Amino acid sequence: MRKRQTPSQTVGPYFAYGLTPEQYGYDYKQLVGNDLSAGDVVGERITIRGQVFDGNGDTVRDAVLELWQADSEGRYVHPEDERGSNTGFAGFGRVGTGTSAEHFYEFQTIKPGATGDNQAPHITVILFMRGLLNHVYTRIYFSDEANDADPVLALVDPTRRKTLIAQRTDGPDGVVYHFDIHMQGDLESVFFDV
Amino acid sequence: MTDQGDYTPRDWGSHPPNLSPAYKSTTLRAPGKPLVVLPQSLSERTGPVYGQNYVGPLDNDLTKNAAKTGEPNGERIIVAGQVADEAGRPIPHILLEVWQPNAAGRYQHADDQHDAPLDPNFLGAGRCVTDGDGRYRFITIKPGAYPWPNHYNAWRPNHIHFSLFGPSILTRLVTQMYFPGDPLLELDPIFNGVPEASRQLLVSKLSMELSEPEWALGYEFNIVLRGRTATPMEDGA
Ligand SMILES: [Fe+3]
Repeated sequence: MRKRQTPSQTVGPYFAYGLTPEQYGYDYKQLVGNDLSAGDVVGERITIRGQVFDGNGDTVRDAVLELWQADSEGRYVHPEDERGSNTGFAGFGRVGTGTSAEHFYEFQTIKPGATGDNQAPHITVILFMRGLLNHVYTRIYFSDEANDADPVLALVDPTRRKTLIAQRTDGPDGVVYHFDIHMQGDLESVFFDV
Repeated sequence: MTDQGDYTPRDWGSHPPNLSPAYKSTTLRAPGKPLVVLPQSLSERTGPVYGQNYVGPLDNDLTKNAAKTGEPNGERIIVAGQVADEAGRPIPHILLEVWQPNAAGRYQHADDQHDAPLDPNFLGAGRCVTDGDGRYRFITIKPGAYPWPNHYNAWRPNHIHFSLFGPSILTRLVTQMYFPGDPLLELDPIFNGVPEASRQLLVSKLSMELSEPEWALGYEFNIVLRGRTATPMEDGA
């Protein structure tokens, strides 16, 4: 007999010392932070930055975001990707929105390569927050890539595709992609059932 | 590697609906539009792998991993169980992270203003990795109930927050473990947001097998994650 999945519950408002302790100043080693590009990782250094907005348009100060992405050659560091990765990259990061004044999140990472299955370069985002009973999945695509033939974007209402595309700026801080997430309203981000 | 097929879908009959108005924060934070169905690709069938090398020697003992001057206050307990998929196959070598308030119901968190004492010997965070049979074990202090602003005189039942990875980003799960016989459960909108048939899956069981005489009671909490649609082949198949 098949078992039922253990139900999801909200991450709540007090995840910081469990999931992101060093970021929030707790005396406990964290599993991972917001810098995926440290060390000898091969690839173009980029920053991804943005805010999370609730249905009133207010910034969410107690969200936690996780990134999962391929390396600069489009390979995942995981046994299921038989190609393997030799770029020194781990591909996973985590950050909370509660330590910057305007509740920005920020990741330092490298730009992922195309994964070789006709998808444009992309990053998966997993988002948790108080008031969200099931984590949501969304994707970051890049404004300077050829996204028109991407089979996932093709599943999305054309008027909503822009919610999945991070906008590139080249400035004194290097390459920054801006990516906001809206939980509700006209600008609501596309979330995936996967 | 043999193709084991897609991961089973999220069982929306077992998870709480995102919009659960009795839990007020959901009204502005639940997605308003339907989710877009996404076929699984390598991007989803992979995920971060965090094994034993990411876990310190005291990480699974919350009574010791933040102790400064002695033992934390409260009732020492053992929390253990098995992580498996829907077909009952154990999920070995995956990371669990836990966090919880102290025995007085106070989180060591800057945002928690509950007028209950902090415990200098207790942080309330830990992690461990399942063994080859999918089993995990923590030692901790039984968490206290705490008030929250959802409605007048609202109190959360005793609970421990759990975060699990599993083998893929699709098996990611954040949940809460509750305790048997807690009279606050029937009043809690977060717990009761779960469809009734699945609620008891979040309630641990007192286990005299896990308990250690003269030392600590044990609570068993088994966890079921999404599995693969096809049975994995034996090596060499
Ligand atoms: Fe809590």
